[in-house]
Amino acid sequence: MAGKGKQDMVCDNCGEAGAVVHFTQVVNNETKTSHLCERCATEKGLQTKIPSTNLLLADFLAKMGGDEPLSPGGPQEELTCPFCGLSTADFKEVGRLGCPQCYSTFEEYLRGLLRRIHGGTQHVGKVYLPPDPSASEKEKRLEALRRTLVRAIDSEDFERAAELRDQIRTLEPAS
Amino acid sequence: MDDLATIPDYGLGWLDASGPSSDIVLSTRVRLARNLQGHAFGPRSRVNDREAVLSLVRSVIEKSSHLSGASLWELAKVSPRTQKILLERRLVSEDLLGGKKGVPPRGAAVLLSTKDPTSVMVNEEDHLRLQSLLSGLRLQDAWGLVDRLEEELGNELPLAYHHEFGFLTSCPTNVGTGLRASVLMHLPGLVLTKEIGQVLKGLNQVGLTFRGLYGEGSEVVGNFFQVSNQTTLGKAEEDLVGHLDQIVRQVIQYEEHARHVLLKEAPAVTEDKIWRAYGLLRYARSLSFEELINLLSGVRLGSSLKLLPNLRVYTLNKIMIYSQTAHLEQAAGRDLPLPECDAHRASFVRRILAREGVVTSDGESSPESP
Ligand SMILES: [Zn+2]
Ligand SMILES: [Zn+2]
Repeated sequence: MAGKGKQDMVCDNCGEAGAVVHFTQVVNNETKTSHLCERCATEKGLQTKIPSTNLLLADFLAKMGGDEPLSPGGPQEELTCPFCGLSTADFKEVGRLGCPQCYSTFEEYLRGLLRRIHGGTQHVGKVYLPPDPSASEKEKRLEALRRTLVRAIDSEDFERAAELRDQIRTLEPAS
Repeated sequence: MDDLATIPDYGLGWLDASGPSSDIVLSTRVRLARNLQGHAFGPRSRVNDREAVLSLVRSVIEKSSHLSGASLWELAKVSPRTQKILLERRLVSEDLLGGKKGVPPRGAAVLLSTKDPTSVMVNEEDHLRLQSLLSGLRLQDAWGLVDRLEEELGNELPLAYHHEFGFLTSCPTNVGTGLRASVLMHLPGLVLTKEIGQVLKGLNQVGLTFRGLYGEGSEVVGNFFQVSNQTTLGKAEEDLVGHLDQIVRQVIQYEEHARHVLLKEAPAVTEDKIWRAYGLLRYARSLSFEELINLLSGVRLGSSLKLLPNLRVYTLNKIMIYSQTAHLEQAAGRDLPLPECDAHRASFVRRILAREGVVTSDGESSPESP
């Protein structure tokens, strides 16, 4: 991070010229500075194309203009959420969704938007388990809980680990 | 319920400066956004949506042993001064208090735990905004606390969740984990050595963002920066928190290095700046909050560099919170219009610094003579 404006640097990862992302990591108490090109940086999850700090979402949406199709069918299609009545135009104006249902209504459009904001659309992390979960929902939740358990043990939070073990036990199919 | 005496130290636990690196990292905060199925989100919600959400939250408190003893404050039923105190302690947002209208919407509430430093804003932009607030750099712990609280609420409430997008939020910038982890850092060394620009640019390059002391879009005053994750979707909570932690540790190293450079290359100027800040705080008869924050920055640097011995970080944290307008008004027992408010602020700061005794440059301290 915070490399000193070095131009025409070679990317440490692919060897091509044009490293634009410079960052320093601390590994075993030693600092190691890496220089990456934009493509490699993105692949490593170091996003370079992110909206700047003070850019409000509404501006962001406005700047996107028409280049993001609302749906594969028609670029200017006007949709309205059947639950809360929010329209595509409303959303572009305020930058806020109206209700959970909006995410299904504007799904196609949002997928493009989320990709731009977050670099992807697939949630990773905590899995919510609804009442009456299906077997696959349970399995996903279990996976997430086991991951959390490993971290709790690593960080020696044994109280939390015990809670997590209990949760895992109640979810695990009786064998 | 409208008596602040009944909320003794909600949101103030972090002031004790007990956490790691607490001279540079004042506090760590982790916030989780959650919404309930079947109700419009905050900005589009109607009164009946908000009341339904609030009564569901109330029912969870009654059932949960983890939340037993927690208090739920409906903001419209709380005096304007108490509302502002909650705001000054960062337990509620400007929006939850009604924004520019200044009247909290029906159903807007804050849940304050008595067991740990966690709280929940109810009916803000999202139905639930869980947060934890800790001293120093303690990201994993802060995440653990909200994670635990989220289980408690999520086990009882039907949350809005999408198989692909994760937890659904009013603003698409929060969707997925709904997690925003932020640390409040004091970076005078990097500002004075003019390296701050590079560091902030670096933060942006690694997917982090920063803002000033008070909330979104606020200006940077007193060299205080809030650093937080920019994206919420596509990475697990532990990874978001771990990444921020790793970068913040680097920034701390940069800051320490910059302070070292200052002391080596410009010791006289640095010392002078620090002592001037202390002198003004110690003797001024009128202080605006912004001026105070800027002076506190100098004094905080002095305390951290041991140039102002005996001055505890705890005292400086306390000044920062208790010299805000609503806190001063609470102490005075009445409203304080300008310029009275600035006079009260200066007098409060003089008193608290006098109590710390004389801070001498050779490290000796003696009780102040009257
Ligand atoms: Zn490359
Ligand atoms: Zn909707």
